[in-house]
Amino acid sequence: MKHLRQLEDQSVYILREAYKHFNNLAMLWSMGKDSTVLLWLARKAFFGHVPFPLLHVDTSYKIPAMIEYRDRLAREWRLELVVGQNKEALAAGMNHTMGRVVCCTALKTNGLKQLLEHKGYTGVILGVRADEEGTRAKERYFSPRDKHGDWDFRDQPPELWDQYKITFPPGTHIRIHPLLDWTEINIWEYIKLENIPFIDLYLDKGDGTRYRSLGCAPCTTPIKSTAKTVDDIIKELRHTTVAERSGRAQDEGRGMELLRKDGYM
Amino acid sequence: MTTTHTKPSENLNIVIVGHVDHGKSTLLGRLYADTGSLPDGKLEKVQAICKQQGKEFEYAFLFDAFLEEQEQGITIDTARTFFMWKGRQYIIIDAPGHKEFLKNMISGAARAEAALLLIDALEGVKEQSKKHGYLLSLLGVRQFAVVVNKMDLVGYRQDVFDGIEKEYREFLGQFKAVPSQFIPVSAKLGDNIANRSEQMPWYTGSTVLETLGGFQKEAARSEQPLRMPVQDVYKFDARRIITGRIAAGRLKVGDHLVFSPSNKRANIRTVEAFNIEPQPTEGQAGQSIGVTLDEQIFVERGEIASHQDHLPAVSTAFRANLFWLGKRPLEKERKYLLRVATKEVDCEVASIHRIIDTMDLAQQQGSNTVNKNQVAELTLRTKAPVAFDLSASFEATGRFVLVDEYDIAGGGIITELVHDDQEFLREEARQRDFAWVKGEVTVEDRAQQYGHRAAVVLITGGRHTGKSFLARKLEGRLVADGRHAYLLDGENLRRGLDADLSEEERGQTTEMARRYGEVARLLTDTGLIVVSTTNPFGLAYREASQAIRTLVNPAPVIAVHMSKTEEELPPNTDVVLTGPTDFDAATARILDELKRRGVLAQAIGAKPVFQYSI
Repeated sequence: MKHLRQLEDQSVYILREAYKHFNNLAMLWSMGKDSTVLLWLARKAFFGHVPFPLLHVDTSYKIPAMIEYRDRLAREWRLELVVGQNKEALAAGMNHTMGRVVCCTALKTNGLKQLLEHKGYTGVILGVRADEEGTRAKERYFSPRDKHGDWDFRDQPPELWDQYKITFPPGTHIRIHPLLDWTEINIWEYIKLENIPFIDLYLDKGDGTRYRSLGCAPCTTPIKSTAKTVDDIIKELRHTTVAERSGRAQDEGRGMELLRKDGYM
Repeated sequence: MTTTHTKPSENLNIVIVGHVDHGKSTLLGRLYADTGSLPDGKLEKVQAICKQQGKEFEYAFLFDAFLEEQEQGITIDTARTFFMWKGRQYIIIDAPGHKEFLKNMISGAARAEAALLLIDALEGVKEQSKKHGYLLSLLGVRQFAVVVNKMDLVGYRQDVFDGIEKEYREFLGQFKAVPSQFIPVSAKLGDNIANRSEQMPWYTGSTVLETLGGFQKEAARSEQPLRMPVQDVYKFDARRIITGRIAAGRLKVGDHLVFSPSNKRANIRTVEAFNIEPQPTEGQAGQSIGVTLDEQIFVERGEIASHQDHLPAVSTAFRANLFWLGKRPLEKERKYLLRVATKEVDCEVASIHRIIDTMDLAQQQGSNTVNKNQVAELTLRTKAPVAFDLSASFEATGRFVLVDEYDIAGGGIITELVHDDQEFLREEARQRDFAWVKGEVTVEDRAQQYGHRAAVVLITGGRHTGKSFLARKLEGRLVADGRHAYLLDGENLRRGLDADLSEEERGQTTEMARRYGEVARLLTDTGLIVVSTTNPFGLAYREASQAIRTLVNPAPVIAVHMSKTEEELPPNTDVVLTGPTDFDAATARILDELKRRGVLAQAIGAKPVFQYSI
């Protein structure tokens, strides 16, 4: 439990730094386990309040239960929810069969960029974790994006002790990553410790499968698992050697590096 | 070997550093492979990519995620990787060894609690081996082991290993760094990584894995005196919560806190938290915390809360060791933004004492610039007083970064307090404030009643620039608006309070300014907006206004400078009035400044300002 409180203290510090320094700040919420823990940490940091809007980039291909869960929590926790969608691409019939990187770029990366541009956010808080995949392992807590929203991973700013990059030229923005040091197990341990409501797609409901990572319905497949409770999940994760995102099609080949360089989450 | 999957009790951040190509990423890959910590298919996936690209598989490819890194065979940026071993969760940071990516290495090392420093047995001690060793010490990473890699390439010979150990220990000894262990390994072949090598029976020390297990979680900073830099002040609901991360020591409900440099004081009423039952009553080093106080004092981000018997230092200057990472060189007398804990203040480099060559620790004097990747000893001077500690006593409040334009361009540790000319007055103010006897009416009560808080408007400038006229006009306008303002004219002090002074003594700015400042301090304690000029000090107004500022602290001083022509402004001027003055417009500008500074109540910007509410 002590290690979870250490992670919590660090994340809360980062969230408070973000709130102090960015006048136009927002948090990305995909309703998955990570961004929901992030949302909970914001309530920790601001003593029950969430003093910035939550953004959901809706690809229209999300699993319906996720949307219900989103609206319920938004009501109960009095959240300011902002939903963005790349309507143009959807109208043109964009879907995963046109190529996964193509579809993710159009509906998620570009959907996000449109939303950021439209609302003029200068700071965006995201729940990415370093242990998810290789390029995220190289992220900074405060990570600048250029005028096109692109990530220049070759020239990342220094990050010294608790001093982060909080000043940036007009037209650019900063991605803030308070969960970088958390692992998948930490997320579930914390959900248990704090009793955080999560979506039950992560649990086996009798058919011997569950989702380990949630994305769009066509590109996310459940894994074989009989974990019916959070405790079961934690136990399972302690023994698994299967990668968390093995059910996520966009990770194949160099998919994530290409996506993230162009500003994917 | 298999990983043990017990519940972790703690996290430990480890960084792997060393010269380029000495095998850091390979060591990391091997550590994971040999402890069964890699996810299924990861090894196979990377092997397949290698085959496809027609090159030999290397363990390093497991974590060098970027295409460019694999193509060039070097690590560009630090990667955080995780593994669990014997009940502890390790976050291992693989830092790049190429000198071009030193800022990335430093970012990685600054996050670490312990380090492994690699040296290639065949190449021996190289430039970055030394630089990294020196920087670890400067960054405050005191626990580390030296791993001598590629022992297979030197026939596992003990004399080679001993030679490197001797040479490197001598280097480290010059700045008193002591590694916990020297370990001979072959990362490629797995000797002494997770498994004991059969090739080197002469080595009986611990393996890399055992060494990691021996690293201790950071020493208990909770036992030190309290340091809590204020991060922010919230008022989302009825509670006015002061937040911060406790850098050292502990606090509890009822503790008497002193905030530096403002010297404000109050007792902790509650410790606030979300979803923690029962509500906590104390906090300790490492925690991000929120407290409410028994008195509504005005404190800001950047101040350091401590207990009264162990206060941090306060000055406008200190000496430091700094490493520079900026794209353009650090220059003497150029302005930078200094960040110490949560305080941000403008500063300039007063002097560069010497540049230190990390290869041989030779010192070079007389330089006016510090280039990228150089280390230097220098003195910084800040625009306003800052609270800090010496790095030898307190880590978190004894280090700083410098920001050049938009970027953090350097960092360092504070080695010495430099006394400035305000030191005696500041100490007088501190002692007087601590002993100050208060009535039942608080500063906040007065602010509520008056609709504004106390401040000093100080009008500076040469003779016949209209200072007195403007001061009268401003006082009149403030009172007409229902504010509580008072014109403090130096002439009135001269004939009364200063009547005991000889003519000669009256000519001395220091004592005159001290008396003047103490009177202004009394008036601001009554909640007034004091309007004044530096007339009694003639042309010594720069010196006098510094002293007044120190003595009325923490009441804000709004400095207005009047001149007939363009001239160099006194430090910290807020409003500049040059040439023929339109006194109505000038008054309006000063009122705007009073609003901007939160003296007169108003909402500022899109976000409501919770710092001070009246």
